Amino acid sequence: MKPLLEVRDLRAGFPGPDGPVEILRGVNLDIAAGEKVALVGESGSGKSVTARAVLRLDRDADLGGRVTLDGTDLLTLPERAMRDIRGARIGLVFQDPLASLNPVMTIGWQIMQPLVIRGVRKKEARRRGIDLLERLGVRDAGRRFDDYPHQFSGGMRQRVVIAIAVIAEPALLIADEPTTALDVRVQAQVLTLLRELADERSMSVLLITHDLGIVAGFADRVVVMRHGAPVEEGQVDAIYAEPKHPYTRGLLASVPRIDDDPSRRLTTVDDALDADVPVAGALEGGSR
Amino acid sequence: MTALSVRNLVKSFGGRPVVKDVSFDLAPGEVLGLVGESGSGKSTVARCVARLTRPDSGRVMLGDRDLLSASRRDLRTLRRDIQMVFQDPYSSLNPRMTAGELVEEGLLVHGLEPDRRARAARAAELLETVGLSAADAGRHPRGFSGGQRQRIAIARALAVEPKVLICDEVVSSLDVSVQAQVLNLFRDLRERLGLSILFIAHDLAVVHYLCDRVAVLDQGVLVEIGTREEIYRRPRHPYTRSLLDAVPVPDPAAERARQTTP
Repeated sequence: MKPLLEVRDLRAGFPGPDGPVEILRGVNLDIAAGEKVALVGESGSGKSVTARAVLRLDRDADLGGRVTLDGTDLLTLPERAMRDIRGARIGLVFQDPLASLNPVMTIGWQIMQPLVIRGVRKKEARRRGIDLLERLGVRDAGRRFDDYPHQFSGGMRQRVVIAIAVIAEPALLIADEPTTALDVRVQAQVLTLLRELADERSMSVLLITHDLGIVAGFADRVVVMRHGAPVEEGQVDAIYAEPKHPYTRGLLASVPRIDDDPSRRLTTVDDALDADVPVAGALEGGSR
Repeated sequence: MTALSVRNLVKSFGGRPVVKDVSFDLAPGEVLGLVGESGSGKSTVARCVARLTRPDSGRVMLGDRDLLSASRRDLRTLRRDIQMVFQDPYSSLNPRMTAGELVEEGLLVHGLEPDRRARAARAAELLETVGLSAADAGRHPRGFSGGQRQRIAIARALAVEPKVLICDEVVSSLDVSVQAQVLNLFRDLRERLGLSILFIAHDLAVVHYLCDRVAVLDQGVLVEIGTREEIYRRPRHPYTRSLLDAVPVPDPAAERARQTTP
């Protein structure tokens, strides 16, 4: 079966002081319908740029390669048609819920927008918005629907952002560090909601994160990025049990964990790369 | 004798209590973790202990010296004995100073090394202690990565040979691979220098790796304090348990098992 999202040899260059800087150096990525894929990497690996390139959010980016959603080539689509893809076919959640919300509009108005601009009647949009907020665990959703963003806590705001992203029932949700700004208990709740929502609606998710802990409990498949290209990808169990690329091994070994013996010294990525013995099957790209 | 003793610390901002009657001791050579969610008051405790903020009431003793009733003059030496490292290595270093100057500043201010050459030599030595090179002394902060900047901040704090080091979220803005390097550096420094460290963090796995004892703050109240073993293996307070239950573990099988047993 053809994947829902197909990214082939995606390249992105940005203007720099000494000419264009290549940030993405050939990203390949498939997401099947209903599949949850995590794109992990450290800062500067290009994971967020990949997400933004798929949606063509950076106007100054020079994009190359191919991105198709259900057969539609997104990189050659007119901007007008692209606007319809965003929100309707691909939902988006960013790290900072406060920056993604309009402070002078009620949360209800913002949740209804993706439906209203596509011709759904206000009354119907309101009903669906309240239902969705309730599903996302916002208590008293009907009464709170006309509140403003500042009247919500960080965790509740992120639920509102998720509601805006999924209300038009997109086939794919891109979540870029959606829980990084949240406390650990709220993070667990939000991730559970995202997972349940994805499963209920057979919605595909591309989760972008630096946190290997949350990936383990969320993703079906993992793509590890470094220096603008994937270095390894695989099913979540395989990646954690038998990472093939030394960089992946290094990343996993450098994470402290509460179920570990704390007297064992953490290995760093440099340690792992130094100890690198070439392994068959590991993808090229991160070895530069 | 304790290195640092905090008794009945109370602090409110604009009538809103932020720290409510917090007491704990830090033993010499010990690393005590102070954990809690945002708004728990952990950074305010740190700032009160370092006297960057004045508490409403309570006592902070550094050895046998009372930090809160100290005169301006005594405060100068006390400031030397308590040093602080902050979260953001980008805003806590003066961009116009070189790494060497940043590390030397404390020595100069406290009159510890009046000779310029000896001071530079000491700074070079400190840069090497934290895993940088003496040759880095002439470079400015912008030329360093986030992890390297945090090393400069640590060298700067260590320069005056403090008795107590307060670390407020010092690894939370670093990538995991750099975080591991800095955590290992703290381990080595603590062994070599016998530092007493108050380590404030929201990441329970980081605290588990580094700290001998852990104190848990919830909305300004210290709800539980104990050894690492006690807090992580036998937590008594429901709040501590709920925090630990939410910590993700990089192990798919363990995470799946947890999801099916709410």
